[in-house]
Amino acid sequence: MNNTNMINVSMNDPASLHPTIRSTSSDITFANHRDHFFARMGVRRSEHRVEPGLYALGEPTPDSPVFASANYTLSFDALRRALVGVDCYILVLDTRGVNVWCAAGKGTFGTEELVHRIQATGLHKVVSHRVVIVPQLGATGVAAHKVKAASGFSVEYGPVRASDLPEYLRTRQATPEMRRVRFTLPDRLVLIPVELFLAPLPALVAAVILSILGGYMVAVAALIAILSGMIVFPILLPWIPTKDFSTKGFIVGALVALPFAWNAFYSVPDTAWWLRYSWVLIYMLVIPPVTAFLALNFTGSTTFTSVTGVRREIYAYVPKMAWMFASGIILMLVLALIPFIGGL
Amino acid sequence: MFNSYTTNTLEYDAGSCINCGKCSTVCPHAVFSPGEKVAQLADPLACMECGACQLNCPTGAIVVDSGVGCAYAMMWSAIKGQEEVTCGCGDNYCCSPSPSILQLGKKK
Repeated sequence: MNNTNMINVSMNDPASLHPTIRSTSSDITFANHRDHFFARMGVRRSEHRVEPGLYALGEPTPDSPVFASANYTLSFDALRRALVGVDCYILVLDTRGVNVWCAAGKGTFGTEELVHRIQATGLHKVVSHRVVIVPQLGATGVAAHKVKAASGFSVEYGPVRASDLPEYLRTRQATPEMRRVRFTLPDRLVLIPVELFLAPLPALVAAVILSILGGYMVAVAALIAILSGMIVFPILLPWIPTKDFSTKGFIVGALVALPFAWNAFYSVPDTAWWLRYSWVLIYMLVIPPVTAFLALNFTGSTTFTSVTGVRREIYAYVPKMAWMFASGIILMLVLALIPFIGGL
Repeated sequence: MFNSYTTNTLEYDAGSCINCGKCSTVCPHAVFSPGEKVAQLADPLACMECGACQLNCPTGAIVVDSGVGCAYAMMWSAIKGQEEVTCGCGDNYCCSPSPSILQLGKKK
C-alpha cells in the first residue's frame, strides 16, 4: 500500500548503487490515504505494512542522514511526509506491521532487529558516516550503546513526533518540548474509531438480553453506558475529576445513569414504591461499573499510565465493579421473575 | 485518595551515573533532567515505567520494572495464568494507532 517501488535509474543515482535500496518519496497518494483510513478504523489491522529494508528518499549521498522507522504504513508515511525536501535514507525495521512505540515495547523494534537490519542492508557501504537517527519512542526497545558495540553505528535519538524533524535537522538538537509525549484531544479522538469497531457485537448481544429482561429502556441504557465509556470518556479524560481511570469512569457512569434512574422513578407514579426504588438502584448499580471498566481499559491506549499504577487500580476497583454489576443484574432478574412466581 | 499512581518501581543510583545524558534524552515524560555532575531525578511520579532509561543507561544506574501499563493486557494475562504481562494485542497488530505513539505529528 505504500508509495514505493523498485526502479532502475541512472548510475549516479544512489539508489542504483546498491541492489537492496528502494526508492520512495514524500508524496502521500490517494492509496496511502485510503490505507491510513482503514488502519485508523482498525480494519485488517495486521496488513498495513511496508517492506522492511533500506529506502532512498530524494537523492541521498553517502553523507546523507539515515532514519530508522517501523514497517507500519502510518509510521513510515509520517516519517517520509515530514522529510519533504530532505535527501536521506530510511531504514525500515521489521516490526510486523506495528508502530514504533508499541513495537519497541514488544521488543520487535529493538537492538537486535536494528543491528540485523543495518547489516542486512549493507548500510556501512551505503553511507560514509556511522549514525542512525532513531525515533525517541523507539528507545524502549533500543539500547544505543549495544547497537554501537554490535554494528559500529551510533544511535541518535530524534524527536518524539516526526513533524518536528525539519526543525530538529536544522540544529540536530531536540528541544525539551520535542522530547515530551503528550496525549492531546486529537491524539485521543483518533483512538475512538478502533475502540468502537470492536464493540458492536458484544454491545448488541448485551442489548438484546437486557431488553428481554428489563425492557427496551434498559437496553438503551446499556448502549449509552458503552458509548459513553468509549467516546465521552476519552474526550473528557483530562477534565474528569480524580486521577484514577476507574473513578473517572464511575463518575461518568453515574452521570449517565441518573437520567435513567430519574425516569424510572417518576415515569411510573402508580407503581409500588419499592419497585420504583429497585429500578433506581438497578441503573445506579449496573451502568457505572460498565463505564468504569471501559475507562480502566483505556489505560492501554494512553501514553502515561504505569504498570504499577494500573495494577493498583485493578486490585482496588475491579472487585467493586464486579460486585456492583452482579448485584444490579441479580436485582433485575428478581424483578423479571416476580410475575412468574405469582407476585404483583 | 483515588490516585493509584503515587508510587512506581523506578530506582536511580546517582553514584553510578556517568552523566552521559541518555536518560533525559529518551524519557518521554521528563522524569530525568540533565545535571551538572549527574542526571537529576526531576519528576519520578511522572514515570510510566516504559524502561527506555534503564535500557539506554550504560552503567546500570537506573532500574525500573518496566512493562505495558494496560489494564486489559494485565487482566487477560492473569486470566490465562501467565506470569509475564505482554501486550494483549499480540505481536502482529496494535490496539492503538495513536499519532503520539507512532511519532506521527501534530499538523502545524
